[in-house]
Amino acid sequence: MRTISFDGVIVGGGGAGMRAALQLAQSGYKTAVISKVFPTRSHTVSAQGGITCAIASADPEDDWRWHMYDTVKGSDYIGDQDAIEYMCSVGPEAIFELEHMGLPFSRTEEGRIYQRPFGGQSKNFGEGGQAARTCAAADRTGHALLHTLYQNNIKNETVFFNEWFAVDLVKNQDGAVVGVIAICIETGETVYVKSKATVFATGGAGRIYASTTNAHINTGDGMGMALRAGVPAQDMEMWQFHPTGIYGAGTLVTEGCRGEGGYLVNKDGERFMERYAPNAKDLAGRDVVARSMVLEILEGRGCGPNGDHVKLKLDHLGEDVLESRLPGICELSRTFAHVDPVKEPIPVVPTCHYMMGGIPTNVHGQALTVDASGNDAVIPGLYACGEVACVSVHGANRLGGNSLLDLVVFGRASGLFIEKSLREGIELRDASQTDIDAAGCRLEALNARESGEQVAPLRQELQEIMQNHFGVFRTGEFMREGIAKLDDLRARVENVALADRSNAFNTSRIECLELQNLFETAEATAIVAEARDESRGAHAREDFTERDDENWLCHSLYHGEDKKVSKRSVNFTPQTVETFQPMARSY
Amino acid sequence: MLQVSLYRYNPETDEAPYMQDFSVDTSGRDLMVLDVLELIKAEYDGSVTYRRSCREGVCGSDGLNMNGKNGLACVTPLSETVKGEKLVIRPLPGLPVIRDLVVDMSLFYAQYEKVQPYLQNASPAPAIERLQSPEERAQLDGLYECILCACCSTSCPSFWWNPDRFVGPAGLLQAYRFLADSRDTATEERLSKLDDPFSVFRCHGIQNCVNVCPKGLNPTKAIGHIRTMLLNRAT
Repeated sequence: MRTISFDGVIVGGGGAGMRAALQLAQSGYKTAVISKVFPTRSHTVSAQGGITCAIASADPEDDWRWHMYDTVKGSDYIGDQDAIEYMCSVGPEAIFELEHMGLPFSRTEEGRIYQRPFGGQSKNFGEGGQAARTCAAADRTGHALLHTLYQNNIKNETVFFNEWFAVDLVKNQDGAVVGVIAICIETGETVYVKSKATVFATGGAGRIYASTTNAHINTGDGMGMALRAGVPAQDMEMWQFHPTGIYGAGTLVTEGCRGEGGYLVNKDGERFMERYAPNAKDLAGRDVVARSMVLEILEGRGCGPNGDHVKLKLDHLGEDVLESRLPGICELSRTFAHVDPVKEPIPVVPTCHYMMGGIPTNVHGQALTVDASGNDAVIPGLYACGEVACVSVHGANRLGGNSLLDLVVFGRASGLFIEKSLREGIELRDASQTDIDAAGCRLEALNARESGEQVAPLRQELQEIMQNHFGVFRTGEFMREGIAKLDDLRARVENVALADRSNAFNTSRIECLELQNLFETAEATAIVAEARDESRGAHAREDFTERDDENWLCHSLYHGEDKKVSKRSVNFTPQTVETFQPMARSY
Repeated sequence: MLQVSLYRYNPETDEAPYMQDFSVDTSGRDLMVLDVLELIKAEYDGSVTYRRSCREGVCGSDGLNMNGKNGLACVTPLSETVKGEKLVIRPLPGLPVIRDLVVDMSLFYAQYEKVQPYLQNASPAPAIERLQSPEERAQLDGLYECILCACCSTSCPSFWWNPDRFVGPAGLLQAYRFLADSRDTATEERLSKLDDPFSVFRCHGIQNCVNVCPKGLNPTKAIGHIRTMLLNRAT
C-alpha cells in the first residue's frame, strides 16, 4: 500500500472541512482535503436560510451575548457555555472574512449584509422581542458559502483528493491518530494517507432515517470511523427534526420562510402555533414546532386524505417577496410538492435534519475521550469540526442558522490551533505495518467476502427501524424493541456482500462501507436515546415527559466497544460573561 | 413498465460501451429520473454507476443526458422527459467516460479554475463587511447560482471542439460573476486573460447552454457582456 504524507489532512470537503483547510493552506503547511464527492457537492450546499451572527446590521444595538443567551436556551441548557461564548463572540469576525472572500450576501439599503428573523432569536436576553440575526444570501446561503470556500481554497492551492473515500483511522502504538486509509474511487487504489493532524469534517448522518432532508451522502462516515477506533460519541440521542420538510419528498423548506412572515396551518386553516408558543409562535425552537405539528396530526387536525401533514402558508407575502427573498423555495416547492407557494400553501412534515451529537471536542477541535478517572483526555492527532463534532454549541436542540456559524467558526478554530501546534512541533510515532493493516481490515474483509445480503434492502431496513422506533416522540418499551431489531441487523450489516467487484468507480463498494457507518451511528443513537430517561430539547419521551436536571443536566457519552453509556459534565463557565442558569424553557 | 436504455461501460471488462435495456416497474408514479436509477441499482443491477448527492437540484452531481437533453436527473420528472415509453440515459456528451454515466470532469474544472473564480480586491479589507448596494448586489443574480453541473458546457458544440481552449459557458458565467461584482478590482487583469480568439470568442451564440441550464441561468447573455467589455477595452 502506497503512503502519502501531509502535515494536515482534512476528511470532508464541506463547509467545516474547507474552512479548516483554507486556514492551514494559508499558513503554508502541506494540507490535503479528502472528499468523497467534488467539494461543491457536499451537503453544506443545501443550507438555505442563513448563518446566524450578531453583526449588528439589522439592529445596530445587537449583541453577541444575546445570541449566546438564545443558543444556551435553545440547547435546553446542555450546550457548553464556553464553546457557545466562543462561537457567538468570534462569529462576526468569521462572517466578515467570508464576505471579504466574496460571499454574495443579500444587502440592506445601507449596503450591509441582510439579516432575517429566525426561530429562537431574541433581543436583550429574551426581554426585547424577536431579533433578526440570520445573515442571508437569498435562500441559497449554503451554496454561496460552500462555493466561496472552494474558490478561496483554489486561490490558496489546497491539495484536493476529490472522490476519495476515507475508510478507517490509522492509530499508532500509543493510540494517537496518524492518518487514514482511503480509497481513490476512480481507480480503486487504497492508500495510507499519513498526517500529523487528522481533521474529521465528515458531516451528518441523516440517512439513518427513512425520511430526511439530508443528501444521499450523509452517512455518518466520521462517526463510524470514530466509534470503530474507540472514540466515544456524545449526545447521540439528540437529532433535530426540521419542522418543514416537503411532505413525501423530504426536501428542506427553510425556516427563513417563517422568518419572512410565513406560518403553519392545520386542516382547519388555523395558525396552530399560537396555541403552543403564544409569544414566538411559528418562530419557537425547532423541537417545539416539530412536536406541535406532530400533535396536530395525532389529534386529527392534519391535512390531506390521510391527515398526515400540515401546511406552510406563504402566499400572503406576495410574489415580489417570495421571488426575491425565497426564490429557491419557490423552485423546490414547484418541483417536489407540485405547489406554487405564490398561490397555495406547501405541504410539510417534520423531517430528520441534523445530528446535534457527535465526536466530543474542545473549542480547538481536539477530539476528546475520558480517562480511567473520568476526566477529559485529548486524543492525540484527531480533530473534528462541523456537524460530526459535538463541541457542543447545540446541546439538545440547535437553533436555525447556527450550523453554518458552527462550521465556519470551528473549522477556522481547528485550522488555527493545528497551525500553532505544527509550528511548535508535533511528534507522533510512525504507524507500524500492523497498525496500518488493522485499519485496512474492514475493507479487506468486504473485498474477500463471497456471500451475504445486498446493501439496498439492509439500508432500507435500518432506516425503517430508526424512523419507527426513534422518531419525534419516543417511549422506552418501543425503543427497546428497536434496539433488539438493531441487534439482529448488526451481523447482517457486517456481512454485507459486494454486488460489484470492479476497481473503477465502484459505488457499490462505497455504499457497503457507508452502510456500516450508518449502522454504527444508528446504534449509538438508539442505545443512548433509551438510556436518557427524561425529555429535553429534541429528545421527547412519552414515558418521561419532564426535563430532569437533577440526573440529566449533562452530556451523554456512548462507548462503542462495550455499548455503555456514561455521563459527561456540561461547561457552565464562560470566560467573559455570567453563567446562564438553567430555567424553564418556553417560547 | 418503463423501458430504460442505459449507457454502460466498465473499462476493466468492456472493450466498447453498449446500451443495456431495463424494464422498470415504476408503479405508475411520476418519479424523478434519479429515483429510476436508484431503483435499477437497488433491484436490478448493483453495478450501475452514476454520481448523486443532494437529490434536490443544488449540488450538481447528477448531470446526465436524458432522451437527448442534458439535465439533472434528480429534478427531471419522467413526465417531462419521457415521450412514449422509452427513457434513454447517457453520460454528459463530449467528456471522457470513466464508467457508465460517470464522466471525467477534469477539463471542465480546469476551465473554471482558469477564470480565477475568486474575489480579488487590492485594497485592505475593512473591519466590517465591504459595503455593496442592493442594486450592485443584484448584478450577481443569475450568475452566482451556478452549481457546476456541466450540463451547459457539455451541450455546447464550441466546447466539444475546443474543451482545452474555449472556456465554455459555465466558466464564462463565473468569469462574468466576478467582473460584475462591485467589490472586485481585477477587471483589467481578468479581461486581458480572456482576450484571445478562443477563450470567449468561440461562443457562436447557439444557446444550447441556456436551453439546458437546470437553474434557469443564461450563460450566453453573460458571454455577451464579456464580449462588450472586451470590445470596449480594445477601442
